[in-house]
Amino acid sequence: MLTDGVPDAAAREAALSERLSAAPLLTLAGVAKTFGATVALQGVDLRIAAGEILALMGANGAGKSTLVSILGGATRPDQGTMRLGGESFAPVTPADSRRAGIAIVHQATDRAGCPGLTVADALVLDRFADARFPLFLSRRSVRREAASVLRQAGFDLQLDLDFGDLKPAERQLLAIARAVSAQARLLVLDEPTASLSSHEAGRLFDIIEDLRGRGLAIVYISHRLGDLKRLADRVVVLRGGRVADAQAAPIDFERAVTAMIGRPLAAAHAEARAIAGDVVLDVAGLHLGGDAAPIDFQVRQGEVVALTGPLGVGKSRLLSTLFGVHAPAAGTMRLGGRSYWPRDPAGAIAAGVAMAAEDRHRTSFVPSDWPGGTVAGTVGLPHLGRWYPHGFLVGDRESKAAQDGIERLNIRASGPQARLDTLSGGNQQKTILARWQAEPMRLLLLDEPFQGVDVGARADIVAAIRADRGVATLIATSDPEEALEVADRIFVMDRAGLSPVTKAHHASLR
Amino acid sequence: MTASSQTSVQIPQATGTWRTMGSDLARGSAIFLLLAAMLVGFGTAEPAFLGLANAMSVLQAVSVTAILATGITVTLAVGGFDLSIGAVAAASVMVASYAMVVWHQPVWTTVPIVFAFGVVVGLLNAALILWLRVPDLLATLAVNFLLTGLQLIPTAGRSIATGLILPDGTAATGRFDPAFLAIGRGRLFGILPVPVVLMIVVALALHVLTEHTRIGRLLFATGGNAVAARLAGAPTGRLKALAYLVSGGLAALGGIAVAARVGRGDVSSGASLLLDAVAAALIGFAVLNRRRPNVFGAVVGAIFVGFLLNGLTMLNAPYYTQDFVKGAVLVGALALTFGFARRA
Repeated sequence: MLTDGVPDAAAREAALSERLSAAPLLTLAGVAKTFGATVALQGVDLRIAAGEILALMGANGAGKSTLVSILGGATRPDQGTMRLGGESFAPVTPADSRRAGIAIVHQATDRAGCPGLTVADALVLDRFADARFPLFLSRRSVRREAASVLRQAGFDLQLDLDFGDLKPAERQLLAIARAVSAQARLLVLDEPTASLSSHEAGRLFDIIEDLRGRGLAIVYISHRLGDLKRLADRVVVLRGGRVADAQAAPIDFERAVTAMIGRPLAAAHAEARAIAGDVVLDVAGLHLGGDAAPIDFQVRQGEVVALTGPLGVGKSRLLSTLFGVHAPAAGTMRLGGRSYWPRDPAGAIAAGVAMAAEDRHRTSFVPSDWPGGTVAGTVGLPHLGRWYPHGFLVGDRESKAAQDGIERLNIRASGPQARLDTLSGGNQQKTILARWQAEPMRLLLLDEPFQGVDVGARADIVAAIRADRGVATLIATSDPEEALEVADRIFVMDRAGLSPVTKAHHASLR
Repeated sequence: MTASSQTSVQIPQATGTWRTMGSDLARGSAIFLLLAAMLVGFGTAEPAFLGLANAMSVLQAVSVTAILATGITVTLAVGGFDLSIGAVAAASVMVASYAMVVWHQPVWTTVPIVFAFGVVVGLLNAALILWLRVPDLLATLAVNFLLTGLQLIPTAGRSIATGLILPDGTAATGRFDPAFLAIGRGRLFGILPVPVVLMIVVALALHVLTEHTRIGRLLFATGGNAVAARLAGAPTGRLKALAYLVSGGLAALGGIAVAARVGRGDVSSGASLLLDAVAAALIGFAVLNRRRPNVFGAVVGAIFVGFLLNGLTMLNAPYYTQDFVKGAVLVGALALTFGFARRA
């Protein structure tokens, strides 16, 4: 499936256009949906043929999620018609949609199974709920069923592992296997590579292409242009609930991105700057524990350094060690020339270190209907002691800081008191940046800061990070594209430790 | 749901906000409307219901429940749940009685002893939860059991009053300090019962603490997302411990009020305190449609249940229907908070 030679591609394209014109698998005509006063979709037309990968692009809030939710039967459109395989298709419940052959694999794959069950159990979970399946189970019968599910999907997983021990990549594959075994005709993949390393993503792409070869229609949603360039046969761009652009191969992605964010995107590669600032962070012989190699590096004031490398190699561990969450096994850390040994995050913050951890919902936000669930509350959380030394929350110190951040970072929110869950992913991420920029700091640690952030918001965040010349910034990202876009220097982290990569070299590697 | 939260960015703010505010207002004030309807209804059927004397007696009856409910609310705010407060209050009744009747202590030492007892139990809860990592519900439920049993041991299961025969055969000759009894029976300005004053003071203090101080914000942050709170530099362990110390201390205060009103160390005095307080704290979620623990709501919840039961009693509803009524109110309030609110 990998041999994508010219004649082969041309032949497939010809076959594709033939099938599309003959009988597309799924046709949407004039689909519209409003939620209260919000127009989510307005008159979307779409068609997908069997055996093609359709890339669905759109900034946060463009209507992708609503469209997926309509396909999945969780939301009913207000207007428009859908036809699937030549028949009228109007699912009322998710079960209707599944029965009709639509399978959706969500970004959050922790719901593909449950900890405590084995992979084999998780693979046949649908059948446990199927009344036709025997009531009494044996390990052997479950394994046999699970093996047949994997055979249909065309790849392998270890059946005896506990679901809770699976890596995100394996959970993703498991979810896909379940979808395929449910006789899916249309597979929707929502940000499947968001938490995958580039190696794991490559394996996933092979599998997706294999599924396409077997006649599955695939809708692929991603913010990562690299994924889309590799996979997409056609692209449809949503903006403000409308189809803003639709292209068949050859796809002009620059045009697609412009249609998506409504303006041309600035140059994607940060130019390397000569940084003459003082060394802020100096790490020598740092052992993160286990068999990991020692780590040495420096970050200067005003410099942006990116750490990239496969998932699970310890990038997050390194950042959280610098933030005082874990104690290093050995080595020295110096901050601004002085020995630095934070006991906990509070100690790190007091020393002028800030961290926006991976997965912002889990690590940065309180629920939106609780006190502090607003933009202002999110910005203020670490600074309450400094801003309100007498203890009482009076005055507008917090709101002012939030308003500053909203203006400086171009956060789209109704104001400092807006609930955080009314913001899109990109604006939420900007709010976290505003949090730490509200007070002076020396070292900013960002772990996967562009997860679920669309290209436009990403450009804003990159610009804001690079403009802050008083701070040393260290970013961990598993996406080399992002590293190139934001950093002055890039390190690749692997089992052997850190190795510096020149940007030219890095670009040529890809 | 994801769709609506993602797309709501484009809401024209005015209309969206007004619409939600309207329905929020209706749901949030539901309990007040019910309270008003109840006052009118019971007042028409039984005019004495609306009298000041009756109002004071209802408030006095619910004051201990309300104080305990605010304590539970603080532990709910940190993501915990203190189920030991019923037993702490009951045991505090015994501790206070024992201090006065057996040890011949005056009010000035008795009250500190009882508070110390409540705080020690709070520390025990905190230690179980933070050091031994026992889940909150299980730890405090176990301590509830422990105290329910422990309070019976010093007196061999007897209630405490002057003349009590101790396990070693001697008779206890001490008596309740009249100044102590005033805590339960006295009235401020001849109108407000002292327990009601205590309830108001506790409610105000804790409302300010939880809603208007940075400590309160950090308590809620700890309960809302402990990881995020810790990564923002909050001392989450100490905040949790603080919450259990506060609820332990408040339970002791509730016990003092009960002991001072009853005037003897009754072994069964704390029987329904825990569930009543839990119910009030949970009904509080629905008050003002906060959908989260809040001190004001807990107090309103306790008062609401108090007036409802009082009115029904005046209309000759049999006493054995009381628990059923409380349960029905709780189920209704929770349905209002979680079910209907989400669907809108």
